[in-house]
Amino acid sequence: MTRQQTQRLAQWLISATAVIVILPIVLVVVYVVAKGIGAINWEFLTQPPRNGMTEGGIFPALLGTIILTLGTAVAAIPLAVGAAIYLAEYAGDNRFTRAIRLAIVNLAGIPSIVYGLFGLGMFVLFFNFGTSILAGALTLGLMTLPVVISTAEEAILTVPQEFRVVSFSLGASRWQTIRHQVLPHALPGIITGIILGLGRAAGETAPILFTVAAFYLPELPKSIFDQTMALPYHLYVIATQVPGMPLSIQYGTALVLLFIVLSFTLVATVIRTVMRRRREW
Amino acid sequence: MTAKLSIQNLSFTYADGAQALRQINMDIQANELFVLFGPSRAGKTTLLRLLNRLADLLEGTERTGEVLINGRDIYAPNVDVTQLRRRVGMVFAVPTPLPGSIYSNLAYSLQMAGIRDHHTIAERVERSLRQAALWDEVKDRLQDSAFALSGGQKQRMCLARSLALEPEIILLDNPTSGLDPISTAMVEDSLFQLKQQYTIIMVPHSVQQASRVADRAAFLLNGELVEVGSQQQLFMHPHDKRTEDYVTGRFG
Amino acid sequence: MSTFDEAPVSWQEPQKDAPPARRNWSELIIETLIRLAGISAVVIITLIFLFLLKEGAPAFMQVPITNLLSTRWYPIEDMFGLIPLLVGSLLVTIGAVAIAVPLGLTTAVYLGEFAPPWQREILKPVIEVLAAIPSIVLGFLGWVALAPLIQGAGAPTGLTAFTGAIILAYMSLPTIISITEDALYAVPREYRDGALALGATQWQTIWRVTLPAARSGIVIAVMLGVGRAIGETMAVMLVTGNAANIPQFGLGAFFQPVRTMTATIAAEMGEVAQGSVHYSVLFAIGIVLFLITFLVNSLATRFIGGSARRRGGQI
Repeated sequence: MTRQQTQRLAQWLISATAVIVILPIVLVVVYVVAKGIGAINWEFLTQPPRNGMTEGGIFPALLGTIILTLGTAVAAIPLAVGAAIYLAEYAGDNRFTRAIRLAIVNLAGIPSIVYGLFGLGMFVLFFNFGTSILAGALTLGLMTLPVVISTAEEAILTVPQEFRVVSFSLGASRWQTIRHQVLPHALPGIITGIILGLGRAAGETAPILFTVAAFYLPELPKSIFDQTMALPYHLYVIATQVPGMPLSIQYGTALVLLFIVLSFTLVATVIRTVMRRRREW
Repeated sequence: MTAKLSIQNLSFTYADGAQALRQINMDIQANELFVLFGPSRAGKTTLLRLLNRLADLLEGTERTGEVLINGRDIYAPNVDVTQLRRRVGMVFAVPTPLPGSIYSNLAYSLQMAGIRDHHTIAERVERSLRQAALWDEVKDRLQDSAFALSGGQKQRMCLARSLALEPEIILLDNPTSGLDPISTAMVEDSLFQLKQQYTIIMVPHSVQQASRVADRAAFLLNGELVEVGSQQQLFMHPHDKRTEDYVTGRFG
Repeated sequence: MSTFDEAPVSWQEPQKDAPPARRNWSELIIETLIRLAGISAVVIITLIFLFLLKEGAPAFMQVPITNLLSTRWYPIEDMFGLIPLLVGSLLVTIGAVAIAVPLGLTTAVYLGEFAPPWQREILKPVIEVLAAIPSIVLGFLGWVALAPLIQGAGAPTGLTAFTGAIILAYMSLPTIISITEDALYAVPREYRDGALALGATQWQTIWRVTLPAARSGIVIAVMLGVGRAIGETMAVMLVTGNAANIPQFGLGAFFQPVRTMTATIAAEMGEVAQGSVHYSVLFAIGIVLFLITFLVNSLATRFIGGSARRRGGQI
């Protein structure tokens, strides 16, 4: 084989592999939409399941996922943004900072089921919150921390250093500089990170298995100390635990979950793109 | 009479071990336009950034010696650095507008100092823009983005911005780099006005500019102070051979 | 002489029309909170480990080590052999890595070296979509769509280690692709230009110059992919058949049902009595998972630090 032939073969193979990677992704989305769209209607989204979950809708699970995602936001955002500000603006280059970074990398790597165990041990049992929205949201919040910290820190670091220097030279304190010259410009990036993190949390099953998720509840939760149903767990339940479950309901549930999670990604991408275009510097 | 600003045995080393300044001693009097000149890497910018403690932002550096303003050491432990920087303004070599309008750029230091009264702020904004000879050009578009200004206008806005708080000392780090001759002349003209009220310490764009604007000057070389003197002495009759070589263009 | 000179205002005194240092208290509080948030990551990871220990340590005291290291996982009869679960996790992970690494590397090379900009604009969001799809959705599809396919291809059951490996491979791909892409991007332009100038084809340049130069980044990508795969729970639980026995050795092992550590915790925690031996053993499995991923991620981080230091040294 000549070098040119090798080159052509390599290029062909590499392009083919890219197709092998991309095509199934597109297929998965199209397949779920095609199979699930028939189940989606107003009743499906607004009614509770009926008749041993083989009929009716998914409203309690949908509501539960929305509540849990909001709770995750409350739990994660202040801590994550604070940590990102600390790392980007305060932390020196020393062993302590390296320890923090190592901890963040490892938090990101801990399996979600281990977060579930931790949530069970600490929030459900030790703090005695019980299996509750509070315990579940805190667990999801901690799991979301590393993603949000990393993206927020990156966003803060893209703000040009000269803005800080100028601000300091004009007699602004460190916090004033952060508050007025750094955070406003980093905000789109920080929000993007938050949305991506929340999208991930909304789709997670393992962390909520033992901390909040209920198989089936006849009533909606009344307080943060109640259990709730949630879409990802609901999908698991109806796919594997309920005999005689109509496939259309399963696909419909998968579609709603996929739609929610992908909207998070879409919104984040749009914010990022728009803000990049609008940037002055 | 004590000097407005007195630098005593000042040495500075960067984190990588490079010594930027060695045992600098000099006095700067009130209301003079004092020029720090010398070839690149002489330590001019470093020295300037030590005078408002902007060099504090760098990690791992080492400083010895003192800087006294009105007889008080700005590196003393009880000094509030933000207060210091409000009294010692600075203009950078590259015009650096903050994102936002021209007005918000000018008002920023005032607001950060806790001044809330809109009247006072508007008044100070106008006066500083007049002092920097920019008012007539921008008075009708104060709410426009500061990035929309031309290079020369941006730099005069930065000068005005450093004046808004009425500091006592203004540090100018090569404020006319990259400006056309007309803009340069406008900046230089405003400096002659400004020294009535302020003490100005400036790193010039060139030896020519140094000799044009300086009341007194200091020649720095490789982090050492070679010679301090009046404009007459330093540019016409330098004592030191190295100063003479530099001002006559034999190196640099 | 100006008035300034005659009446020197000390710069330590606040501006005449500015309120005196009123901001300091609130700033102090805010900065303290920021510092606390800064150390939270260290606190949280320590807490996670401590709580796993608290609940899981009794397992190591109550269950003889020979039992834990045996090959039978049959909790009803107090048989807590972790080996089948470890083997299950390993099989699925190895399978996933074997599929994901070649696919991920070539896709990254395609994106970085061959794809025209308009294709990159389309392909990168598609890969982001993959990263966003919840594992339960992929697991669900594996369960209702992929498993029947594999069974149809002649396997005794569709729920096998191989099925899990395929799903896991796709879940690891976004990580592997994006980190490899960064690593390729970090290879200095001059290396490539030099090789091309010497008459090498594009492929030769990639194979002989770019890939070797990006080696450490690629290793990190693979390690993080492994970390992602070994910890994945829901998808694996749905598609691997959950049989806690050690499959026969050989390639056929991939086509038998297995049960992973993660799936075991997820499936059984709901049914155990709190504080029972079984409960503690499930937490002990959590400790094992924690330690494995901690090791993998810390090593990867060390690699990142190492390569950065080397680069710094050259300049």
